[in-house]
Amino acid sequence: MDITRRELLTQCSKLLVLTGTAALAFERGGQAPVAGDTYQMAAHWWGMIIDIDKCIGCGNCVRACSKENGVPDGYFRTWVERYQVTEDREHPFVESPDGAINGFPPATRKDVKSFFVPKICNHCADSPCTQVCPVGATFMSPDGVVLIDPDYCLGCRYCIQACPYGCRYFHPQKEIADKCTLCYHRITKGLTTACCEACPTGARQLVDLKNPKDPVHEILRTSKVQVLKPQMATGAKVFYKNLDGAVR
Amino acid sequence: MPFSRDSGHLVRPAVVLLAGLAAFLAIRSAVVPRGFGRYGHYRPAALDLIRNRPLTFAGQAQCVECHDEEAKLRAAGKHARVACEACHGPQAAHAGDFVNVKPQLPDVAKLCARCHEQDAAKPKTFPQVVTAEHSGGVVCNTCHQPHNPHL
Repeated sequence: MDITRRELLTQCSKLLVLTGTAALAFERGGQAPVAGDTYQMAAHWWGMIIDIDKCIGCGNCVRACSKENGVPDGYFRTWVERYQVTEDREHPFVESPDGAINGFPPATRKDVKSFFVPKICNHCADSPCTQVCPVGATFMSPDGVVLIDPDYCLGCRYCIQACPYGCRYFHPQKEIADKCTLCYHRITKGLTTACCEACPTGARQLVDLKNPKDPVHEILRTSKVQVLKPQMATGAKVFYKNLDGAVR
Repeated sequence: MPFSRDSGHLVRPAVVLLAGLAAFLAIRSAVVPRGFGRYGHYRPAALDLIRNRPLTFAGQAQCVECHDEEAKLRAAGKHARVACEACHGPQAAHAGDFVNVKPQLPDVAKLCARCHEQDAAKPKTFPQVVTAEHSGGVVCNTCHQPHNPHL
């Protein structure tokens, strides 16, 4: 068979393109689209704003999270701390009885500055927990939520040690690492998280950093905002408004 | 011919190598989950798995679809920004089947104090009382209407 160099090159490039297309089609086939699903992962980048000056320490968020996600007793995906800070800012008195699931007994000391700090997974953009997972069971979703694949986690607890915020725990029954999913089953349906839904003062606000109309941009531009442990460069996406320097 | 005499040394390791490669590819395709690595070093199916969790909290929009009277009353008062389920608890089951699933009324004696009991750590502008002094054991909704709590 006679073939010119030109023909050979044309044939080869056709073959290259076609193989690529076939591979792409094969990959796409693996995706199971949910019926009527309009959620676009690439269009979101989720985070949260927590306003310290609005939190009243009622514990509604902790109870809501526990019910929504079936968190085992004595474990918390979100919790509230009460800080009582004297002049010695390095040694604040911090308490969180049962993660504040039943609120707090009244604080009566007037000689200290005291305030509540709700804590939750920071859904770090450069999270230490996902970096240490040996099997790819924990990961950041394309919309910026740090999640755990429950079927893939071995329960080695590496990630629990790696989280600088103590936001992960070992599930006593499932024997896998467990954590806040930022109510991924809710936010992908257009709802807010259970903790934000239940917060009576609006101290917590789910935000979408990729949505130009989200009030987060105005808040980040105009308010005093801080993340926890900024020196660790985790890229935390839970922003605290009016946060005191004593908070760890 | 020198080629055919020595070719055995090349063919045998080549066969072993190819067999090993085939075994590797076969095992790899069997144990690596479908789509692994599409978005990153994880299983894309995990995203759907997590998304498929059922709801417990129905969400504000669902509640006011039916309970518009309470919503109107609340919108006029100080509790305008408090979501229904903040006090009434998770109601997705009720929203899904409002004929058979009836929510329980919250225990007002405990409920109001949870937010409004005085605490030095609460924001100064937030309305707080020492319940024992304020009402002396009389339940809050004797005087206050919870949906619009002024007297």
